[in-house]
Amino acid sequence: MSILTVLELLPLLGTLVIAFLPKSANRTIKQVAFVISLVVAAVSGVMAYRFRSGTPGFQFVESRPWIAAFHINYAVGADGIALVLILLTTILVPIVILAGWNEAEGGRWSVKTYYMLMLVLETMMIGVFAATDVFLFYVIFEAMLVPVYFLIGGYGRGERAAAALKFLLYSLFGGLLMLAALIGTYIISTNQGGGTFDITKLSMLQIDKPTQNFLFLGFFIAFAIKAPLWPFHTWLPGAAKSATGGTSVLLLGVLDKVGTYGMIRFCMTLFPDATKTFTPVIIVLAIISILYGAFLAIGQKDINSLIAFTSISHFGFITLGIFAMTSQGLSGATFYMVNHGFSTAALFLTAAWMVKRRGSSQIDDFGGLQRVTPVLAWSFFIAGLSALALPGLSSFVSEFLVLVGTFTRYPVAAIFGTLGIVLAALYVLLAVQRSLHGETKPGNENMKDLNLREKVTIAPVIAVLIFLGFYPKPVLNVINPTSTAVMQHAGASDPAVKAGK
Amino acid sequence: MDISNYLYLSIILFTIGAVGVVIRRNAIVVFMCVELMLNAANLAFVTFSRINGNLDGQVASFFTMVVAACEVVVGLAIIVTIYRSRRSASVDDASLLKR
Amino acid sequence: MTTSTHLVYLIALPLVSAALLLILGRLADKWGHLLATLVSASTFAFAASEFFAMRSRSGAARATTQKLFDWISVGTFKVDAALLLDQLSICFVLLITGVGTLIHIYSIAYMSHDRDRRRFFAYLNLFIAAMLLLVLGNSYLNLYVGWEGVGLASYLLIGFWNQKPAYATAAKKAFVANRVGDVGLSLAIMIAFAQFGTVSFAGVAAGAPHASSAALAAMGAMLLLAAAGKSAQFPLQSWLGDAMAGPTPVSALIHAATMVTAGVYLITRSNFIFDASSTARLLVVIVGTITLLFGAIIGTAKDDIKKALAASTMSQIGYMILATGLGPIGYAFAIMHLLTHGFFKAGMFLGAGSVMHGMNDEVNMRRFGGLNRFLPITAITFGFGYLAIIGVPPFAGFYSKDKIIETAFNAGGTKGYILGICALLGAGLTAFYMTRLIVMTFWGTPRWSRDEQHPHESPALMWVPMAILAVGSVASGFLFTSGNSMVHWLAPVVNPSGAEGGAELMKPIVVSLLALGVVVIGVAYAIFKYRTVPVEAPEKVTVFTRIARRDLMQDAFNEAVLMRPGQKLTTGLVWADYSFVDGLVRAVGFTLGTSSQAVRKIQNGYARTYALVMLVGVLALVATIWMVTL
Repeated sequence: MSILTVLELLPLLGTLVIAFLPKSANRTIKQVAFVISLVVAAVSGVMAYRFRSGTPGFQFVESRPWIAAFHINYAVGADGIALVLILLTTILVPIVILAGWNEAEGGRWSVKTYYMLMLVLETMMIGVFAATDVFLFYVIFEAMLVPVYFLIGGYGRGERAAAALKFLLYSLFGGLLMLAALIGTYIISTNQGGGTFDITKLSMLQIDKPTQNFLFLGFFIAFAIKAPLWPFHTWLPGAAKSATGGTSVLLLGVLDKVGTYGMIRFCMTLFPDATKTFTPVIIVLAIISILYGAFLAIGQKDINSLIAFTSISHFGFITLGIFAMTSQGLSGATFYMVNHGFSTAALFLTAAWMVKRRGSSQIDDFGGLQRVTPVLAWSFFIAGLSALALPGLSSFVSEFLVLVGTFTRYPVAAIFGTLGIVLAALYVLLAVQRSLHGETKPGNENMKDLNLREKVTIAPVIAVLIFLGFYPKPVLNVINPTSTAVMQHAGASDPAVKAGK
Repeated sequence: MDISNYLYLSIILFTIGAVGVVIRRNAIVVFMCVELMLNAANLAFVTFSRINGNLDGQVASFFTMVVAACEVVVGLAIIVTIYRSRRSASVDDASLLKR
Repeated sequence: MTTSTHLVYLIALPLVSAALLLILGRLADKWGHLLATLVSASTFAFAASEFFAMRSRSGAARATTQKLFDWISVGTFKVDAALLLDQLSICFVLLITGVGTLIHIYSIAYMSHDRDRRRFFAYLNLFIAAMLLLVLGNSYLNLYVGWEGVGLASYLLIGFWNQKPAYATAAKKAFVANRVGDVGLSLAIMIAFAQFGTVSFAGVAAGAPHASSAALAAMGAMLLLAAAGKSAQFPLQSWLGDAMAGPTPVSALIHAATMVTAGVYLITRSNFIFDASSTARLLVVIVGTITLLFGAIIGTAKDDIKKALAASTMSQIGYMILATGLGPIGYAFAIMHLLTHGFFKAGMFLGAGSVMHGMNDEVNMRRFGGLNRFLPITAITFGFGYLAIIGVPPFAGFYSKDKIIETAFNAGGTKGYILGICALLGAGLTAFYMTRLIVMTFWGTPRWSRDEQHPHESPALMWVPMAILAVGSVASGFLFTSGNSMVHWLAPVVNPSGAEGGAELMKPIVVSLLALGVVVIGVAYAIFKYRTVPVEAPEKVTVFTRIARRDLMQDAFNEAVLMRPGQKLTTGLVWADYSFVDGLVRAVGFTLGTSSQAVRKIQNGYARTYALVMLVGVLALVATIWMVTL
C-alpha cells in the first residue's frame, strides 16, 4: 500500500473515531481531530523525506482496479508539484484546527459534525492531488464540494446559506463541463486502442486540433472557476465573507489550488496544442485578474472580501506563470501556490481573530489596534507584507519568478503584471492603516491580544514564510524537475538569452 | 379458443385498472386498481409465455407477484397511517407535496 | 577577488538584534537601546577594520566576496545569496555604520521619554541591516531585497507615531511612491535576465557591450525610475517632505544621509549600463537637474525647519544624480558629494532635532529666532553644516559641489552650458534658503513666548554626535580631494577604462569663483530679506511663492491625475463587479428561478393527476414505438 493511501485513510479513520464519540464531548472531539491531523502531517513529512527529488515522474504509485468495465482505477502517485501541494494541505489542516478551536460552537450543527467534515475534507484534498486516474480526480474534485458546502452553510456568518449555494452551483457547473470533456477524452482513448483514464497514457494520445480545443475548454473552464480566474470569480468573495476563518483558509489556501494544479496537470499535459492556441487569451485573462482583483481589493469594506480579492489578484499571477511556458514561470507558479497557501492562511486566521474580538468584519470598525493588541497587529502586518510580496518573504521569490519567467516570453504582459505590485502595496497598506493605525476607536480599547494557543498557531506560518523567503531551495528543488518535464511534454523551451556572448 | 382472447382480457383488465386509478378517490380502491393492472400484466406475461413456448414469461410473472406483494405491504401501511392521521382515505386529501 | 567568510556578520548582527528586540517586547525595554547601539558600533568597527584591510591590499584583490548559499535556482535563472565588498560599497558601509552609530547614540537621549524607545531602536537596527544588504549584495536581486527592506524600515519609522493619522498616511505614501520606483527596479532586473541571462553585477557588466542600444536604454530608464523612487527625484519626490513625520534622528539617518542616496548608489553601481547608453545618461541628467532646482525652490518657501531641510536633501541628491549622468568621471564626484552630504546634512538634521528638543517639538521657523544664545553648541555645529552645504571653502561642500558644477560645464556644447548654469543657479538658491533657515532659527530676535518655551542646550549624548558630524563637514571634502584620492580609490569600480572628463570649458578656479559669487549673492539677499521675520507667514505673496509653498503643485498633480481617477476607477469597478459580472450570474439564477415558478404549477399535488399524466405518457410512448416499427 502506498504511503499516499495511508495519508488518505488516516483522516477517514479519525472521522470514524469521532463518529463514535458522544456529541457532547466537544473537547475530546477537538483533541482527536487535532492529533489525527498532526499524525497526518508527520506521515506526510516522512513521505517528503523519502521523496527522491531530482527525478520527474510519479512516485509512491499504487493502482487497483475500481470500475473495471470502464478501465477506471484507484491510482495514486505524487510528482514534485503534487508533493508540495499535499504537504501544504497536511500542514495547514492542524493549523486551521488549532486556530479555530472555538469556531464551530456557533454553527447550525454540532461541533462533532464540523470536525468530521474537516477530516473528510482533508482526505479528499490529499486524494485530489494524489490521483493519477483522471476519473478518480474528477470524482474527488466534485465530492469535495459537499463538505465545503456544509462547512460554509452550517458554520459561517451572515448570508452563509446563500453563499454556500452559490459556491456549490458555480462549481457544479464547471464540474459538468469537465465531465463532458473527460468522457470525450475517454472515448478518444478507446478509439486509439484501449480505453483508459490513466493520466500518463492519456497524455500520449494523438488528438486533432479542433477536438483538443473543445476538450481543453471543458477542463479549463472548470479549473478557471475553481482557481478563480476573472470573470468566473464572483462566488469567491461571498464565500470568503461568510465562511469561518478556518474554512476560508482551506478554501482559498488549498481547494482553489486544485484549479491551478489542474491547469498544469491536465490542460497542459493532455492538450498541448490547444494550450498553445489559447495561451494569448488566458494571459490576457490572467492580467485582468491581477489588476482587477487588486483594484477591487482596494475598494472593499469587509476585511474578508478584501482578502478574497487579493487572492483573485494572486491567482492571476499563478495563471500567468503557468501559461508563460517558461521554467521560471512554471516553477514560480507552483511555488506561488505553496506560498499563497501560507500567506492567505496567515491573513485569514489573523483577520478571523480580529473579527471574533470585535464582532464585526468591517475594516472601519477596527482602528488603532497596534496599540491595544501589538502581537495580533504584527501578525496581521506580516501577513499583509507577505501578500504584497516583500523581498525576504517567500511570496517575493515566487512572484518574481513568475514575472521574470513571463518577461522572457511576453514582456508586455510582465510589465502589466508588475504594475500589480504597486496596487498590492496600496491595498495592503490601506487595510493596515485603517485597521491598525490611528487613534484606537471606541469599542476596541479592551480587545485582548493573542493568547498562547493563537501565538503557537501563527508562529509556524510566519516562520515558513520567512524561511522559504531566504531559502526556497528545498521546495524549488522538488518542483523544478517536474516543471521541466511538463514543459518538455508541452513542447516548450525557455527563450534564449538575447545578448549572447 | 383463440389464444389472443387472453390478451384482449388482459387489455380490458388493464384499462379498467388504469381508469380506476385516475377517477377513484378512495385510496383503497385506487390501490386495488393498481393490483388489477399488475395482474393484467401478469396475464399478458403468461399468455406470451404460452405463445412463445418457453417459460420466460411465467418467471417474469412470479417476479411481478413478489413485487406486488411487497407493494401491498408498503402501500397498505401508508394508507393506514394516512387514515389514522387524517381520518380520510381520499387520495386528494394527501396533497401535501404541492407546498 | 578575495573571498571572505565573515562579511555576513555585518548584516546578520543588526538583523538578529532587531529581531530580538521585537520578539522580546517589553522584556527588553531596559537595555534594548544599549544593545542596538552596541551592535551598530560593532558593525562600524568591523567595517573600519575591513577598510584598512582593503587598503593594505592592492588592485583587483581589494574587492572581497562571500557566497552564502544558492538562493534561487530555476532553469537558467540562478541567483546566489552572495555579498560583494569593493571600493564603492565600503564607502557606503562606513557611512551607514558610522553615521548610523552616531544617530543611535543621539537617539538614546532624544527618544528617552518615548515609551516605545526599544521598538524605535529595533527599527533602526533593521534599517542598518537592510541598508547594508542593499550596498553589499552582489547581484541586482540581492540588492532588491535590501532595497525593499530599507523601504519597510523607512515605512515603520516614518509611521513610528502612527496613532496620528497624518503620520500613518505619510508612511503609506512613502512606501507606495517607493513601490512605483520598485516597478522600475523589477523591470530592470527582468530586462537584465532576458538580455544577459544573469542578474549579477559582474555578469551584466560583462554582457553590456553586446546588448542592443534599445535594451540598454530601457534598462537604464528603469534603473533611473527605481532611483527616482528611492532618492525622491522628480517625478516621485513628493513623499520626502511628508516623511519628516518620523522622529528627527530617522530623518537624519534615513531621509538625509543613507537611504535616500541609494538611488545614487544604484546608478553608480550600474555604471556599465549608463556608460553604454547615451539615452539613459541624458535621462539621468534631465531628472537630476530638474530635481536640484525643484528641491531648491521648494526649500526657499518652507517654514517647517525639517521640511526645508528635506527639500534641501532632494536638491542635493539632484546634484549627485546629475553627476552620475555625466559619464565615467562623474560617478566619483557623485559619491564624494554623497559622503560629504551625509556628514553635513545628518549633522544639520540632528541640530534641527536638538532645536526641537529644546523648543517643545516646535518646527515652525517663524516661531524661532535668536536661539544661538540658548543653544550655543547646536548653533555652532549647525553653522559648520551650513557653511559646508552652501560651499564655502574649505568646508566639505565646496570641494564636492564645485567638482559637479565643473563637470557639468565640461559636458560640452549647449548641454554643458545649460547643465552648468542650472547647477550654479541651484548653488545660489541653496545659499539663499540655507541662510534664510539660519537667520530665522538662530539669529534675530526671539519670536517665541518666554512663558511657554524654555530653550535649552541638549545633553552631551546629543551634542557629541553633532560635533563629530560637524568635524566631518569640515574635513571630509579636503580629505577626499587631496591628491584626487576619491577618484583614484573608486576608479577600478566606476571608471575601469580610465576615461577622462570632457575638455575644460573654463579653468577650475573660474568655476569656483563663479560659484562663490552666486553663493555670496544668495547669502546677501537672504540676510537682507529676513532682517525681520513676521511670526505669521505673509498672506500677500506672489503666485510663485504660493506654488512653491505647495511643493510646486506636485501633490495637487498627483491627487488630480492619479489618486482621484484611481479612486473613481476603484468605486466604478466595485460597482461593475456587482452589477455586471456578478449581475450576469445572478441573472441566470433569476431566470431559472422564475421559469421554474411557472413550471411548478403543473405539480398540483393530486396523485390522480400524476397517474393520468403518466398514463398519457405511456400511451404516447407506445404509440410512438408502434408507429416507428410499423
